[in-house]
Amino acid sequence: MGHAHESNTKRIWIVLAILTIVTTVEVALGIVKPDSLHLHGWGTSWLNWIFIILTIVKAYYIAWAFMHLEAEKTWFRRAIVWTAVFLISYLLFIVLIEGDYLHETLAPLVKW
Amino acid sequence: MGANIAVNSDNKETWGGGGAKPFGASYGKMMMWFFIVSDALTFSGFLAAYGLTRFKFIDSWPIADEVFTHFPGLHGVHAPMYYVALMTFILIVSSVTMVLAVDAGHQMKQKKVAWYMFATIIFGIIFVGSQAWEWKNFINGSYGAVKTSNNHILQFVKDGHQVALADFIHTDRKDDRIHHTRNNGLWFDQEPAISQYSVAQVKEAFKADPSLLIRTEQLNPETKQKIILSREESLAKLPLITKVVEGANLKENEYGNPIFADFFFFITGFHGFHVISGILINIIIFFNVVLGTYERRGHYEMVEKVGLYWHFVDLVWVFVFTFFYLV
Repeated sequence: MGHAHESNTKRIWIVLAILTIVTTVEVALGIVKPDSLHLHGWGTSWLNWIFIILTIVKAYYIAWAFMHLEAEKTWFRRAIVWTAVFLISYLLFIVLIEGDYLHETLAPLVKW
Repeated sequence: MGANIAVNSDNKETWGGGGAKPFGASYGKMMMWFFIVSDALTFSGFLAAYGLTRFKFIDSWPIADEVFTHFPGLHGVHAPMYYVALMTFILIVSSVTMVLAVDAGHQMKQKKVAWYMFATIIFGIIFVGSQAWEWKNFINGSYGAVKTSNNHILQFVKDGHQVALADFIHTDRKDDRIHHTRNNGLWFDQEPAISQYSVAQVKEAFKADPSLLIRTEQLNPETKQKIILSREESLAKLPLITKVVEGANLKENEYGNPIFADFFFFITGFHGFHVISGILINIIIFFNVVLGTYERRGHYEMVEKVGLYWHFVDLVWVFVFTFFYLV
């Protein structure tokens, strides 16, 4: 990919199409909220899982195609992506479990 | 893999690493990437804090598509998500024009770079303007609600749909309460805007209309909808009402938990601040392109670097969009 002076416009338009379609699907699901996906699921609803996965798909296309990560040297890309992914996963793991604990502990004390 | 990198070989760039290019990336580009990683961690910290708070109040968190329901020109129409979807699309398109500018830069097409940069700036401004409009709607609110003595928000429902205070309160205010400004009271003092209706008015109007019900902040885990009380339960809640809440600020909001609005203001505000900085940097680079700075330098790497920042802003929005509006 991407020698200097070479144009990548075709790839750019394809990625725009992908991002647009994914966003449209997300919004459509967000408006319709089919009961089968919204009210059932593992951990959280299936709908939320779909949203999260589609978001990561979009993030992948933005980072790889628009930010040219796919054209960088493999270990430069890994230095960026692995670092961020590892730290963010760790943070979310700790913080969300704590949030769940706070709910279990404090929710029974809330007077409605 | 000399991809996308063009650097002079006349040793004029010694300040930027002296031609040493670990991973084949120039000094500036690598530092931009490291900044982006650290900024990504900042945003992750905010979104994780949002997640923690949301998990903590998972049984009563506001439902996003009942909060963000406006679309320009469609007054009173329930249009959840459409506007923010449009904003998302605008930002994605601005990313595309940015990447097209970078692409044109690789081919040393000055005019094309300038036009694509210009388009990126315009789309960026449209996005920030949209965000301001979204904030305006959020701050002004659309229905109005009341707060109880134990700091919960109660909303009003008629025939299964939320109704605005103005829809069922038709009497005049009887407590003669007026907004204290510098002109009509103590000259050295003033108060924030007061609510349009008094608590007594709300109670009176609620009792007068038997079809009105109260909706609590609590979610029914079966249906994932807010719990609507029966008429008897609703009437029993009336004595608890202490305040009328219209719209949103950092202390209270008509949508529910105050911290929901706090996170909304803080995270979308921080993102909006990034967009504004991005626009300013884009404008500077745009003028450099027009003045031919990069044409003389022999490469358009600055466009590429500012492009990385701009795409990052788009990348963050993708996550903000998911976690504030969809999930």
